[in-house]
Order: sequence, then C-alpha cells, then structure tokens
Amino acid sequence: MDFFTHFGRYLLMIKGMFSKPENMRLYWKELMHQCNEIGVRSIGIVVIISIFLGAVTTVQTAYQLITPLIPKTVIAVIVRDNIILELAPTLICVVLAGVVGSRIASELGNMRISEQIDALEIMGINTKAYLIMPKIVAALLVVPCLVVLAAVLGIWGGKVAGGLSGILPAEIYNDGLLEDFIPYNVFFALSKTYTYSFIISSIPAYYGYHVQGGSLEIGRAGTKSVIVSCILILLADYALAALLL
Amino acid sequence: MIEIKNIHKGFNDKAVIKDVSAVLETGKCNLIIGASGSGKTVLMKCLVGLFEPDQGEVLYDGESITSMNEDGRKQLRQQIGMLFQGSALFDSMTVEQNVMFPLDMFTNLNQKQKLEKVNQVLARVNLTAANQKFPSEISGGMKKRVGIARAIVLNPKFLFCDEPNSGLDPKTSLVIDKLIKEITIEFGMTTVVNTHDMNSVMEIGDKIIFMHQGHKEWEGSNKDIIFSKNQELNQFIFASEFLQDAKELRMLEAKGTISEDRRSPS
Repeated sequence: MDFFTHFGRYLLMIKGMFSKPENMRLYWKELMHQCNEIGVRSIGIVVIISIFLGAVTTVQTAYQLITPLIPKTVIAVIVRDNIILELAPTLICVVLAGVVGSRIASELGNMRISEQIDALEIMGINTKAYLIMPKIVAALLVVPCLVVLAAVLGIWGGKVAGGLSGILPAEIYNDGLLEDFIPYNVFFALSKTYTYSFIISSIPAYYGYHVQGGSLEIGRAGTKSVIVSCILILLADYALAALLL
Repeated sequence: MIEIKNIHKGFNDKAVIKDVSAVLETGKCNLIIGASGSGKTVLMKCLVGLFEPDQGEVLYDGESITSMNEDGRKQLRQQIGMLFQGSALFDSMTVEQNVMFPLDMFTNLNQKQKLEKVNQVLARVNLTAANQKFPSEISGGMKKRVGIARAIVLNPKFLFCDEPNSGLDPKTSLVIDKLIKEITIEFGMTTVVNTHDMNSVMEIGDKIIFMHQGHKEWEGSNKDIIFSKNQELNQFIFASEFLQDAKELRMLEAKGTISEDRRSPS
C-alpha cells in the first residue's frame, strides 16, 4: 500500500472520530482509563530515564568543559537548556512511542482480530470516536505532564550527579539554572510535546485499528507504528526547530 | 423481516457474493449454510452493514440499510444483536460488565435496574454464577452464552449468529442451538444463523439458504433438505458415508417401510 493510501485512510480515521458521543459518561470513563494507562503507567520509566539523562548530561558536559576560563555555572545552563529544549520532550516521547505506542497498536489490533470492534459497530457505536479519540485526548493531556516531570527530574538528576561526583557544588548548579533563562524555551518544548503526543497516540491507533490477519499482524502493526512514530517525531523535531527557533 | 435484493460483493475484482436474493422471516431461525469459502460470512457482514454491497440492497422491515445515513444506521443497529464466531467479548470486562455494556451505552436505567436486567438475561441463557468472571476464565460454551446474553439485552428485533457452534462439543452445540431457537420464539425476533453444522440445520433450521461459490444454490426448510435432489447440496450435507446411511434411513422412515427394529436400535 502506498504512502497516499495510508495518509488518506489516516485522515479519514481522524475525521471519523468527530461525532456526537452516544453516552458522554462512558466516553469520560474511557478517557480517564486511558489517562491512567498512558500517563500513570508510564511514570516509572519516565522517572528512571530522566534522572539518569540529567546525571549523564552533567557529567559529560563537565568532561568537555575543561578550560578554567569558562565558569562552572555554564554546565548547569547547558544541562538545563539541553533537557528543556531537546532531551525531555524528544527523548521521552521517543521512549513513550515505544511504551505507549505499541500498547495502543496491540490493544486495538487485538480488538480488531477478535471482532470486538465489529461487536461495538454492530451495537451502533462509532468505534473511531469511542476507541481512538479518548486515547489521543488522553495523550494530549498526560504526555505534557510527563515531559514537565521529566524536565524537572532531569535537572534535579544533574544536580545530584554533579554533587556526588564532585564536579560542581549544588549552590553553583542552582546559580547556573537561574542564569540567562529564556521562558520561551518552555513554550517551545511544550509545543513540541503536544505535536509528539498526537503522533505517538494517533499513528499506533491507525496501525492497530486497521490490522488485518492474525496475531502475527498485531505484532507487525506494533513494530511498524513505533518505527513510523519515531521517524515522524524526528521530522517534527527538525521542522518545529526550524520554524519556532 | 429482512429482504435481501440482488446482493453482489467482491474483493480485489474477485466476486464473493453473486446476485443473492432472499427473504428472512420474523419469528424464525433463518440459516445460511454452505462450505467454508462459500460466502456465508461476507453475506452476513453485508446484512449487518459491516460490508457495503457492490450492488443490491438489504431491507429491514422495508427500510434499506444500504441507503441509510450514519444516524439511521445507528438507530437500526440498536435493534440488532449479534453473536460472533469467537464471541467477541471485551477482555477487560467481567461477564456482568460485558452484558451491561449496551445498557450503559444506550439506556438511562439506574445501576439497580441495569443489574436486574443483566441477571435476568444471564439467567435466561442459564448462566448464573459467572457474573464476576472474566472471559479468559470461562469455557467456550459459556462465552457463547454470554455473547447471546449481550446480544439480547436490549431486546433486539434482529439476531445474527455467526457460526455459533464453532469450537464447541456436540452436546454444548445442542444447548446453544436450543437456546437460539427458544429466544427467537420468545422474543419474536428475526434470527439469522450462519453455520455449516448439520446438527444445527436439522435442529433449528426453519428456513435454510444454501450458499455455493457465492450464490444461493438452494432454499427450503429442515424438512425439505434431506429429500432435496440438488447435487451440490447433497454433496455438502452427505459428505460422510454415515450421513448417507442416515439419509436412506430417513427416506425409508418417511415412506413407512422401515422396520421397527431399525428404527430404535438398542
């Protein structure tokens, strides 16, 4: 199937999501369920990755800045900006594309293969609205929270690593964090995050919803959705950097 | 009543359903039978609107589903219940939640009323002690019964069953067949059953449509089927020597020439 066929079907899927909910209470329940699945269940991996990301960035930046002419607060500035601008939004979303994306694709793929989606259609339920919309809305709500959490923990991880390894004391790190802070960077990071959230929820939903065949195809859909999501995240990263910075 | 008018359906230029017309009657079990690949499932999916026919139309009580808009179809589908081949129960929900789901979605009943209705339909399908079990914890026959309970919980006018006996032992199949028959009469529904199980055909086939290579080859009742002279149908139903013997017995029985000792072997 060529690119334009996939793209057309993807757009039709997105268009099909917008209809009046059959029962608002059940849609809300599904949204909360997805917030839990996508957000709460991903906290563990986000916490671990972001702390180590900050720690490693601090140690490696210090390793490269060996000249005494540059003040040590610059290490904190670099760590902060790196984490806010790139590592927290992009890397965390690439990880989430794997964790959340494969789960969405396999859940919908399994529902398709076992005729659960057909069963919902027969009941008169708009399955795109009931199954896909809550996943995308939930991702748009909780992924930015996870990215903010990752940024905070990453910066804190850098501080802890700097202190423990004796590279720079906590006071100097704190001073560095306040140096030349540009609030627009946070806006930029959140803009990227919202774009990525849409990608990591809608692309796997597309592949899962349109699975045909058996269990092997569910696995393939999961893999394909993660690969396509990661590529689109990187393309969007470059496009947004070129447009907004 | 469901009217099928000159339905055609194909995939990738290959015709799967070729000019099928039939009337599926209310209060009866209408069976679509045929060998694997004969187009039964595609026909059923055209009937319920999961597939769009390339030509022809399907009329539900005179209204064409093929020309209905999305809202019209939604309304109609709330009058349709369907039992799927693999039961299609929602894995993450218990038996009770599965059956309650259509009530949650489409009614304004309170929790107590919904629970009463759920227990009532579960009792109707003889499943009373499995409310809190998940689909993975119950047997194939129980899953089918939960599927039937979910399909009838909104009192539909039309019930579709796709291979209700697949994967079940003969005894359980008989229980499911009887249940479908009883429910059809009790609720006054138009029931359409897709099967290739000859036991079901003889047990519940008020009206039978035999599909062969995508077209309707034969139509009749379970009383006529044994005596049919249609070659394709005979090849399908009397595929084994045992069944051919059974046919001869039936014919002799009908003629009244069968001896008493053959009629009731001990």
